[in-house]
Amino acid sequence: MPEKIIESFQIRRLDILNEKGEANGPLMPALSDDLIKKMYELFILLRTFDRYALNLHAEGRIGTYASVLGQEASQVGSALAIEKSDWIFPSFRESGVYLSMGYPPRMLLQYWSGDERGSRVPDDLNIFPVCVPVGTQIPHAVGAAAAAKYKGDKIAVVSYFGDGGTSKGDFHEGLNMAGVMKLPVVFICQNNHWAISVPLKQQTASKTIAQKAYAYGFDGIQVDGNDVFAVYKATKEAVDKARQGGGPTFIECVTYRMSDHTTADDAKRYRSQEEVDAWKSKDPLLRLKLFMEKKGLWSEQYGKEIEEKTKEIIEKEVREKESTKDPDPKDMFTYTYTNLTLRQMKQMKEVES
Amino acid sequence: MPVLNMVQAINLALKEEMQRDDSVVILGEDVGKDGGVFRVTEGLYDRFGAQRIIDTPLAESGIVGAAIGMAVYGLKPVAEIQFMGFIYPALDQILSHASRVRARSRGRFSCPLVIRTPYGIGIKAPEHHEESTEALFCHTPGVKVVVPSTPYNAKGLLMSSIRDPDPVIFLEAARLYRMIKEEVPEGEYTIPLGQARIAREGSSVTIIAWGSMLHRTLQAAEGYDAEVIDMMTLSPFDEETIYNSVKKTGRVVIVHEAPKTCGFGAELSASIAEDAMLYLRAPVMRVTAYDVVMPTAKLEDYYTPDVSRIRKAVEEILKY
Ligand SMILES: Cc1ncc(C[n+]2csc(CCOP(=O)(O)OP(=O)(O)O)c2C)c(N)n1
Repeated sequence: MPEKIIESFQIRRLDILNEKGEANGPLMPALSDDLIKKMYELFILLRTFDRYALNLHAEGRIGTYASVLGQEASQVGSALAIEKSDWIFPSFRESGVYLSMGYPPRMLLQYWSGDERGSRVPDDLNIFPVCVPVGTQIPHAVGAAAAAKYKGDKIAVVSYFGDGGTSKGDFHEGLNMAGVMKLPVVFICQNNHWAISVPLKQQTASKTIAQKAYAYGFDGIQVDGNDVFAVYKATKEAVDKARQGGGPTFIECVTYRMSDHTTADDAKRYRSQEEVDAWKSKDPLLRLKLFMEKKGLWSEQYGKEIEEKTKEIIEKEVREKESTKDPDPKDMFTYTYTNLTLRQMKQMKEVES
Repeated sequence: MPVLNMVQAINLALKEEMQRDDSVVILGEDVGKDGGVFRVTEGLYDRFGAQRIIDTPLAESGIVGAAIGMAVYGLKPVAEIQFMGFIYPALDQILSHASRVRARSRGRFSCPLVIRTPYGIGIKAPEHHEESTEALFCHTPGVKVVVPSTPYNAKGLLMSSIRDPDPVIFLEAARLYRMIKEEVPEGEYTIPLGQARIAREGSSVTIIAWGSMLHRTLQAAEGYDAEVIDMMTLSPFDEETIYNSVKKTGRVVIVHEAPKTCGFGAELSASIAEDAMLYLRAPVMRVTAYDVVMPTAKLEDYYTPDVSRIRKAVEEILKY
């Protein structure tokens, strides 16, 4: 018997908006001018938030912070394709997703300053708090999707993680289950090329991360993660498909972490300046701006107005965060269980005294 | 003699053991080029190369599982888990396998590995970065649990751990990494596992602590005729040193930064009640963290025992 090929696969890659701000006409999703402006305004919000957070850290006013600089298109583009009724399970680098969904910036800052009240997600959002252990949120998204399917709710569940996250057992277990159960879940991997000091090549030997989906029996697609239109389109298609019972999708957003891993890291120890510089020309914000300029959606004045307005918003949020009183020590007891245990009651008295 | 902090002392132990024995390898996340997020493995990659200092993919269960395979095959892996709060994915490998390779193979195979991990409070980092769950491992027969409290001890204990034929969980208090410096000799010296040390002599009360809590305890002991025991190894623990001290003082306070319920203090307290009951003049007291999820930065200081809480317990026990 001759050997036969019984399976082979192809990986799609989606690029729409190039570095000169030119969009690929046939692939371009139908977006209203308002939505395009919203993308831009969220980019500015995110950059401003990020800049203020890094400064606040430098001044010792917040703790460790994980910057999102460079990953704006992956986060804003995907979040804008998600409905408020959908559920989101992010990792720790998704400030852009939180802010795009309407999470108050002051609460994110509160979270990063070690005040857990910042994690109390507003009631109108179905987004989980920051997940610090890498990759562990992936099976949660799968479970929520299974629950939604069981209840007959036409929603999608979206999970975000990094390239490092794809090395964890949870990634395998989650994706495998999603494939087997054909669940309405969208996996968004922001491949930013680094997991702290470990480069992509040392994280996986596979050519793309997107292709991993094929082993689990569903589609994987790679998109230019610095191209907000491509990310939006791929996510929109995936969440629509999920809602219609089409099962899971895996999206690999190829992007780059421009900052250090967190404020506790020094990326100069392990990566070259040339590499970082090469990615500067792929800036997602610059691209979108060039595109809008060509379409007459961007002018110096509009740009300035947005920047000023955003700065005011963030400054107000910072002021509010700073004027919030520290949590009461009793706060650490309140949420361990629904009701305090007897022993906790005693311990709480000790803290009070 | 060089004066070193804990990071440097541990680094020196690793370097010297790797030089002495080429079966010693290091693996973990960011241990290579980056030298570890706390810089404990700094310089080792340049010296020993990528074959012996292995930057792994982000996979704790994989790191420990692979270390088990390396160990049974004849290497002496030293695996780093970046923070104790991220050791949970590896619990399966530690509890299901590392701890029972010897027992399961009736002695045919052994598993000489070391898992190093920073633990505990004091660095004001986000969730999962300050855990102190040593009791999980003390409850697992087949693994040893070592917790140094000073640079000198850290080096000697790590050398013993690497040479030990059984798996060792080596806990490094993140708060101590750069807090204290002392003279640490170059070259070989070992401190036996399973031995406690009297860190301060006294005769009216015995206070038992380990890791970063030892230093708060020593501070709290000032002004009292208190004996302070530094456990150094939690499993197997040094009953003799403890019981001898209890015979002398008749009073015991145990201090740890892990939650109270089922913390290692419970084991010590029960053992003292079982074996040294007749020497006790007062109930054994525990000063511990609270039974809550480890809070983040803003409330961290309220969570762990401080000097005044330790003193309060000492005062109370002296009344008996
Ligand atoms: C289970 C676990 N192990 C280790 C860590 C420490 N750590 C935090 S982020 C990180 C790298 C994550 O890389 P990636 O998943 O690619 O996300 P990125 O930070 O690049 O956004 C590591 C090792 C952790 N948070 N969780």
